[in-house]
Amino acid sequence: MIEVKSLTKIYADGDNAGVKAVDGISFTVEEGRFYTLLGPSGCGKTTTLRCIAGLEKANGGEIVVAGKKVYAAGDHTFVPAYRRPIGMVFQSYAIWPHLTVFENVAFPLRVGKQRFSSADIRKKVGSALAQVELGDYEERMATQLSGGQQQRLALARALVREPQVLLLDEPLSNLDAKLRERMRFELRELQRRLRITTLYVTHDQIEALSMSNVIAVMNSGVIIQEGGPRDIYLQPKSKFVANFIGSTNQLSGHVARLEGNGTGAVKTENGEISCQVLDGLGVGSHVVVVVRPESINLHIDHPQSSLNVIEGKIGAAMFLGEYVDCAVELGNQMLQTHQRYTFQVRRGDPVWVELPVAECMALPAE
Amino acid sequence: MATLAIPRGTGATLPSFRDPALFVPLVGAGILIYLAVLPLLMLLIGSFQAEVAPREFVYTLKNYQAAYASEYTYSTFKNSLIFASGSAALTFVLGTLLAWLTERTNTPLRGIFVPLAVVPLILPGVLESIAWIFLLSPKFGYINVWLKSLFGLASPPFNVFSLPGMIWVHSVGQVPLAFLMMTAAFKSMDPSLEESAMMSGAGAWQTFKRVTLRLLVPAAGSVLLILFVRTLESFETPALIGIPARIYVYTSEIFLAFNEYPPDYGRGGALAVGLLILSAVGVWLYSRATKEGKKFQTVTGKAFRPRQFDLGRWRWVGFGFLASYFAFVVLLPFLVLFWASFLPFFAAPSWDAVQKLSLDNYRYLNGFRPFWDALQNSIVLATLTATLAMLLTSLVAWIVYKSRLPGSWILDFLAFVPITIPGIVMGMALILLYVAFPIPIYGTIWVLLIAYLTRFIPYGMRAASGSILQIHSELEEAAAASGASWWETFRRVTLPLLRPGLVAGWIYICIVSFREFSTSVLLATGESRVLSILLFTMFEQGQVTVVAAIGILMIATLLAIVAVFYKLTGRVGIQTQ
Repeated sequence: MIEVKSLTKIYADGDNAGVKAVDGISFTVEEGRFYTLLGPSGCGKTTTLRCIAGLEKANGGEIVVAGKKVYAAGDHTFVPAYRRPIGMVFQSYAIWPHLTVFENVAFPLRVGKQRFSSADIRKKVGSALAQVELGDYEERMATQLSGGQQQRLALARALVREPQVLLLDEPLSNLDAKLRERMRFELRELQRRLRITTLYVTHDQIEALSMSNVIAVMNSGVIIQEGGPRDIYLQPKSKFVANFIGSTNQLSGHVARLEGNGTGAVKTENGEISCQVLDGLGVGSHVVVVVRPESINLHIDHPQSSLNVIEGKIGAAMFLGEYVDCAVELGNQMLQTHQRYTFQVRRGDPVWVELPVAECMALPAE
Repeated sequence: MATLAIPRGTGATLPSFRDPALFVPLVGAGILIYLAVLPLLMLLIGSFQAEVAPREFVYTLKNYQAAYASEYTYSTFKNSLIFASGSAALTFVLGTLLAWLTERTNTPLRGIFVPLAVVPLILPGVLESIAWIFLLSPKFGYINVWLKSLFGLASPPFNVFSLPGMIWVHSVGQVPLAFLMMTAAFKSMDPSLEESAMMSGAGAWQTFKRVTLRLLVPAAGSVLLILFVRTLESFETPALIGIPARIYVYTSEIFLAFNEYPPDYGRGGALAVGLLILSAVGVWLYSRATKEGKKFQTVTGKAFRPRQFDLGRWRWVGFGFLASYFAFVVLLPFLVLFWASFLPFFAAPSWDAVQKLSLDNYRYLNGFRPFWDALQNSIVLATLTATLAMLLTSLVAWIVYKSRLPGSWILDFLAFVPITIPGIVMGMALILLYVAFPIPIYGTIWVLLIAYLTRFIPYGMRAASGSILQIHSELEEAAAASGASWWETFRRVTLPLLRPGLVAGWIYICIVSFREFSTSVLLATGESRVLSILLFTMFEQGQVTVVAAIGILMIATLLAIVAVFYKLTGRVGIQTQ
């Protein structure tokens, strides 16, 4: 379990007051869960991870790892990285080029406080390597491994000490697309099998959505929204989250009326749109209605229901195999939509755009 | 690394003194201040003192008066200027020509000339001078004797005991440096810059003139500057050729002030301060020029395959130049030393002389105590200096580039300062320091160790920081995250990764320490004599053929040390992708 309470990290910036890389964030990673910090580069996610690892010293707050206080600004507790019960995988893998595969994995056992006999080391390294399917590579030099193998080696090295917590810093970002997909799956399987508490840092929404129990979306040093992958994707609570995760269309307007049950109607340039309205928004507030490209249905003929149906014109249609990427002109606005590959239209064709009420969200404009 | 996560800027508690995060940099700074700053301070104080190591300090300007307002001031200044600028120009021309021919043209067999061009580096400056005296002395120099008999000349055509002679001898010893620097400049030149000139319609000559040459200007300027400063600082040629010829430069003036009876430390100190300032200004200009150069740098660290210049039929002229350069300038000095080392007395190669060849000089050395002492001193000093320097600089470089400690640039600066200290100035400063201080190391090899260590720290820094910068910090962080403490990380991860760079630095420092002359000439006396000083004194006494034998053994020893070290440390096959 990891508990982070009002963690703050300030980087000195010349003579200025300093840059708040992490600005008082708090979160808890429950035992055995896979928790992801997701955000654009510079949002403070890696800094948070490094503070938990002990590679950076925070400037305020408290960090508890596996029940042990490793950092607290109040009483000047700071446990150095090498005394924390962690295993970490780095973005560059950080495989030591001067050691063999075996020695890379044996390293944590050789340097730790606890001494192991060489028979123990052999056994532990062997099983760690077997876990990541590198059992046959023990005597190779680490640099002779391919990218994906180095990635798995880094994982074995992080796990060999049987840490309480596994920290992963964008571990898949250096792999090519195919391999990344496979490793995503393997990593998740391994984590499930070992039930190890895992904190994962990434800027890739697909990694976050596919692997996590809980996602925290970060921006400018604070957590914007925390929740399960479905919540984050389907119920973004701010424009930032909606934009950052997946692609979205935005129609701006103001709330015309509220209908209870979290639904309402928003007046836009293209007419009134019925949609979900975020709690706390009152009539008249400026909002954007966000809707995902894959939620939007296009009809060549006017559909039977007339709720949220707007007339438009095909701006561009691109056949991408899995789907057709259709841009629709609504007045002077472009809507991006994904349609089934059977949908056939040409540029300039008139279409009817249907926005499903349940999949439109009105969010604060700022 | 991890334990060194020092809070940046904000007021957390200071780490305790035993914390390596504070302890290591402080010790590093302490050592560097002791080595680099203290002697300079003593030198400055000493140059304003009425007498050496006085009970009380009596301030005086008479040292500066003696140094800079005497009847010799003008001639020394003129000689130094001509010697330094002449050598810089000649070295630059030769080095650039060699680099250009081997790097950018289709001269036949240019590949084998690249390693050959660097060979003179193992020939100590003292031996270089001695070899050229053997060749160009007006009385017995081989080349003079041959040319005289060949053309029936009345007087020898060359006289090495002259300013042009000094310039020539010093230059050929420095050519490898200019060659290496210019090769790097040629190598880093992006060929597309020239190709785009050609695509714009410029011919080969236009391209060369308008693009190639212009691109070389920053590199050429800094090479010239560094050659000028190094010549000014050098003492080998001024000692062996300049002093007998009564052509005095600043370094020889310092030496003579020290060699008077009683030694005039004050005047020597005042001269040394002047030389130090000149050298510091040169280094400052140099580092400014290279920084300026970086702004216009089009190099991205990529290895280019430079365009080759088709010389046409002229390529045989290029080949002829390369071949004769190596025959006359690289090989001949070695050959003449080798030949002379088997002679009972100096004689021109002839049937007569061949019959007199023997191993007598080597046999004599076998029983000659001072030779063995000097050899031992040189070996101990070279290996110890190289080892200590690399240890110290790898720590300092780590602190400077990895620890992100506030103020670590001070360490970087301190480790750079010694590059501005000319060898003979270092010697002068250490005399003043250890005559005044009650540490009884003056006259032992330990004062030489301190001197060498100080002078060669900048070289070690360059080797160590170059390889430290290549180590991704995650490699060290991974060790911390694996449970390794700071020392454990440094020992098991950082040092092994640094090894190739450290080995290269070690070998280089070992070579320069082994051939060191201008510092040792003031500090090495009696029991602490090293080989280069033994060569110098015995040459002055006229035992020239024994000197040649010592020279040959010296080169052999140097090669052996490097080979053994190379073998011991092994080549580490780290492929960093």
